Amino acid sequence: MAGLTPDLLAMQVFAGLALGAVYVLMALGMSLLFGMLTVVNFAHGAFYMLGAYGAVALLGYGGNFWVCLFFIPLAVGLVGMAVERVLIRPLYGRGIDYPLLLTFGLAYVIVELVRIGFGTEDLPFDTPAALTGAVNIGIGYFPLYRLFVIAVTGVVLVGLWLFLERTSYGLIIRAGARDPQIVRILGIDVGRVWLVVFGIGTGLAALAGLLAAPLQGASPDMGDSILAIAFVVTVVGGMGSLLGAVLAGLLVGVVVSLTSLVAPEAAQVAVFVLMAVVLLVRPQGFFGRAGLMS
Amino acid sequence: MDGAGSTVAVHAARPDLLAFATRHRATLAAVAVLVFPALLPFKAVAADVLVYGLFALGFNLVYGYLGLLSFGHAALFGGGAYACGIVFTRFGVPWWAAVGAGVAGGAVIAAVIGALAIRTRGIYFAMVTLALAQCVYYAAYEAEGWTGGENGLRGVDVSAITLGPWHVDFVNPLTRVYVIAAFVVVALFAVSRVLASPFGAAMEAVRENEARARACGFDVRATRWLAFVLSGAVCGLAGALHALTIGIVPVETLTYTTSGLVVMMTLLGGMGTYFGPFIGAAVFLLLENLVSLWTVHWQLVVGLAFIACVLFFPRGVWGTLLAGLRR
Repeated sequence: MAGLTPDLLAMQVFAGLALGAVYVLMALGMSLLFGMLTVVNFAHGAFYMLGAYGAVALLGYGGNFWVCLFFIPLAVGLVGMAVERVLIRPLYGRGIDYPLLLTFGLAYVIVELVRIGFGTEDLPFDTPAALTGAVNIGIGYFPLYRLFVIAVTGVVLVGLWLFLERTSYGLIIRAGARDPQIVRILGIDVGRVWLVVFGIGTGLAALAGLLAAPLQGASPDMGDSILAIAFVVTVVGGMGSLLGAVLAGLLVGVVVSLTSLVAPEAAQVAVFVLMAVVLLVRPQGFFGRAGLMS
Repeated sequence: MDGAGSTVAVHAARPDLLAFATRHRATLAAVAVLVFPALLPFKAVAADVLVYGLFALGFNLVYGYLGLLSFGHAALFGGGAYACGIVFTRFGVPWWAAVGAGVAGGAVIAAVIGALAIRTRGIYFAMVTLALAQCVYYAAYEAEGWTGGENGLRGVDVSAITLGPWHVDFVNPLTRVYVIAAFVVVALFAVSRVLASPFGAAMEAVRENEARARACGFDVRATRWLAFVLSGAVCGLAGALHALTIGIVPVETLTYTTSGLVVMMTLLGGMGTYFGPFIGAAVFLLLENLVSLWTVHWQLVVGLAFIACVLFFPRGVWGTLLAGLRR
């Protein structure tokens, strides 16, 4: 194939990493919710979409992108916490299917509410002025905004890692994931831990949606396709594994990016082929515990 | 008419009646299926209830009786619809062969998806089936030459049904509904027969306690796979009938919302009951039709109803009713 220079490939891999960064944020939240609460959040795509629309609304009231970047994940995280308290909590201990089904219904409701509030049309979303243009990264010019997405994801990853591994609250969260009963016996309110975790997970989804909005605009059903990809990423990385979510997210991003270079129409299918291969070779995913789901 | 109840001792105030209903569940269901289109003022809704009821019946084989939550049944339903539509429009085969192709199409896709997905369980199963169904969706979306891509597969027009000396007008809404109902009745009897067979018992054994079922000598993996394929055949039939009814296969048939739809219907009606999925489909579609008369945002109402169902009536309309009768 002519024109497939190493530089072009390297650029495409880099573009894949930017795409993968959004997947990583989605899958991280999903994996957190599953690893800690054993909740598979089918409304994760809806929270992602809520992140983008939250920013649309806040920008409409005169906020700027940087304010959004801080407040929107926080606000959507609070919505997530309310959802956990009111809707998810009664379902703990009633089997793994029920939270999944409930969040599926919830996604319908959230998407429809957004349609009522903002209409069914796609809304444009401008890249913030400071982040337009491209910079030379040694192998060629790369859009500055995509670099920014990678950077933000990196910062969030480091922050999350420090929080979980280096703070006492992170210790409680990790202990709660391993054995909630012992944590409860030690006098810690596990319910509150789960509440916080749900807030973090949905907040991460909102951040992903907000970061993706300048790349693709905002539409009520923007969460649909990314939800399926986030599932693939969590399955490939191993359910509940944060490191797995990161590596698999980047890998899926690169696979999409490289396939769209040679065969654009096969890019989406390639993601699912990758998952099928991983499932055949290693059913628990990269870092999943074997037999976790048996 | 309850399948799960057939293995449980029925200790009701009116045990004879319930036992009778359980024994003759397929006949009673068939009567219900044949009578209700006459009662509904809108024949298009009646056809939809039949098609989606059949779809939910097939889905319930995996969800209710095998205990595996699949989020990829759109691929089986849509696969059947596309298989039927493609052989009909591209190869000009007669309508009955197209329906047969739909059944086969659903079963073949189920065989492939099932072979991969049954390696996983629980939540993983839901996610893997969803992802594989998405794969089928994107494949159909891109294969424009065969499937019509984004515009859907048009021209699945059957104006008359001829079978030997019989000739039925398929354009007339009422006769069309009854042609579909005939297929549904056949499927109802077949499914009832399978559930009452040793294989049906094996399915429920695997659901209740996998380790024990394996210790008893059941091949758990083969049971799961076969049940999934069977479910694919039933859903493929539903898809083929859907294609014939509306004369087009929209690509949306394959989206994951279709998979979610059938989960909702089954849960609404009562999973693991023989006739519950049909009731669920009927309730869902009537609710959708009534609410959309009043607002375009029917999904909001349906979503809220579904949440309420998960929270307060996990047994569904039919399941709650049956549990009440047994008490």
